[in-house]
Amino acid sequence: MNDHVHDLDHDVTNAYQSLSETTAHDDPRWAFGTGFEDGLSLGEAEISAPVPDGVDAADLAAYCQMLGDDALIYSQRLSEWVANAPELEEEVALANTALDLLGQARVLLSRAGHVEGRGRDEDALAYLRDQAGFRNVALAEQSDELDFGRCIARLLIFSTWRLALLHRLLGSADPLIAAVAGKGVKELTYHRDYAARWALRLGDGTDESHRRMQAGLDWAWPYVEELFRTSDEERRLVAAGVAVDPAETRAEFDAVLAQVLEQATLVRPAVAPAGTIGGRSGRQGVHTERLGYVLAEMQSVAREHPGATW
Amino acid sequence: MTATDERSHHAHQDEFQATIDADQRIEPRDWMPEAYRKTLIRQIAQHAHSEIIGMQPEGNWISRAPSLRRKAILLAKVQDEAGHGMYLYAAAETLGVDREELTEKLISAKQKYSSIFNYPTLTYADVGVIGWLVDGAAICNQVPLCRCSYGPYARAMVRICKEESFHQRQGYELLLAMVNGTREQKAMVQESVNRWWWPSLMMFGPADGDSPNTQQSMAWNIKRHTNDELRQRFVDMTVPQAEVLGVTLPDPDLRWNEERQAHDFGEPDWSEFKAVITGAGPANAQRLEHRRRAHENGAWVREAAQAYADKQVSA
Repeated sequence: MNDHVHDLDHDVTNAYQSLSETTAHDDPRWAFGTGFEDGLSLGEAEISAPVPDGVDAADLAAYCQMLGDDALIYSQRLSEWVANAPELEEEVALANTALDLLGQARVLLSRAGHVEGRGRDEDALAYLRDQAGFRNVALAEQSDELDFGRCIARLLIFSTWRLALLHRLLGSADPLIAAVAGKGVKELTYHRDYAARWALRLGDGTDESHRRMQAGLDWAWPYVEELFRTSDEERRLVAAGVAVDPAETRAEFDAVLAQVLEQATLVRPAVAPAGTIGGRSGRQGVHTERLGYVLAEMQSVAREHPGATW
Repeated sequence: MTATDERSHHAHQDEFQATIDADQRIEPRDWMPEAYRKTLIRQIAQHAHSEIIGMQPEGNWISRAPSLRRKAILLAKVQDEAGHGMYLYAAAETLGVDREELTEKLISAKQKYSSIFNYPTLTYADVGVIGWLVDGAAICNQVPLCRCSYGPYARAMVRICKEESFHQRQGYELLLAMVNGTREQKAMVQESVNRWWWPSLMMFGPADGDSPNTQQSMAWNIKRHTNDELRQRFVDMTVPQAEVLGVTLPDPDLRWNEERQAHDFGEPDWSEFKAVITGAGPANAQRLEHRRRAHENGAWVREAAQAYADKQVSA
């Protein structure tokens, strides 16, 4: 009996390691899986780096928001799969993908806030902007309604596109964007590979999975064209060596998709693209009806407690 | 049983007992009594199911986490739980059952999971309190399992306990931030502690006098301490942590006993515990329905993966 009590003391002391002494933010595993240790430390120097010569700060802030909002809003949608995935391996993979994108969003929004110079941090941008302030593409904000065919179709499209962007951003004149690209290329390579493998299994699996994977592609396809539309900010930043023109990634995207779809016995959807309003869409803050709901949920607790720190 | 069989059975039995007596590990290929195997399958499956069902109450707040840092921490934590479920199902599979079979038993309510996950998460403070109290209680229960006599289970627990203690620290750190925040945040923490304290104490199971399986599990070195020993230790550890947070634990009988060098504390409401473990807790129906729906919605995906794999083999 005494032995038991002694063992228990020993066990428990090890496990607890004196809780109240270990609350510093210096443990690299605090946000294990985000990569950017505690979110931001990898990017700390880059976040506060000066705006590169010849670059308009407002354009750079807007561009960081575009890349950051795509990642944030899509991460929010992907995390709806938590506790809903078809298998445990998919739970882990989808949550991991959401975490990678959230990590990218955090540094990009931090950079946007810094460059903008109005004292907004990542949380002010994520939680206190209204719909029209978000610059993400429509593909990111749609609800896949927990249909795995839709989930994989969107992931394949999004990751193929973003990987092509990040590859070209490795040499960005903005040090933060180059750093995000450096890490993000590895992450997106995995995301695209995961999506492509599932597209094959579903496309060439059973009759039902073939039908549902094709339906998933049809569902996502109206939002593809927007991915390759160049905004004014991007156009100016391309000239300054900071941004990539998304239109330039179209050929690579088409080639990758063609290869995957062919192997998966799927066809490229022939559906009309979602149109713009007077030429404006996500990059200009004009969204689909879905974003309002995403933000209402995401921002609810933060807005309920103004001035709180978490 | 022939005479030869019987002799070899006794030899196996002796060898098994000698391994247990020497506090060594039983491995999957070793002979083991059927009852030992069954007890382990039940316990490991229940533990795996708890990880999977536990993703729901915490996952409930991922979309609303009030800062991006908290969102990343919570998402990573829930992802770890899926990982724990995977290691534990894999440990159970070494005993001759498979994950699919165990999942069927979970969703048909033939196997249980931890009673605690049948309580709802109602505020963001619950995320912190689950980390602090629920993961804290789980650690008390689980750290001794790292020395459990069944090798694959013990090894899975080493990894799981490391991650659990990390989750507990994250939960506690969230609560510290909240109690140092606005008045509303502090009140939210206290209200959450009020709801979770007694259910956390119930996580150690019934009082020793009402725990029929404990003696056998201890004889087999599966379990190392009784429910009441573990519960006492949890209370003794938690009281000073509550003081640091400045929250009150909702038990009027809670006080230091100089003579015992331990805290006296009140009795959990065992009728509530009984209701929760027999399916009549606040969220039992919701949790099982959610798990069943997710599993059924994924059936076509699992079938497709199988059909695709079969085609690759035959091609």
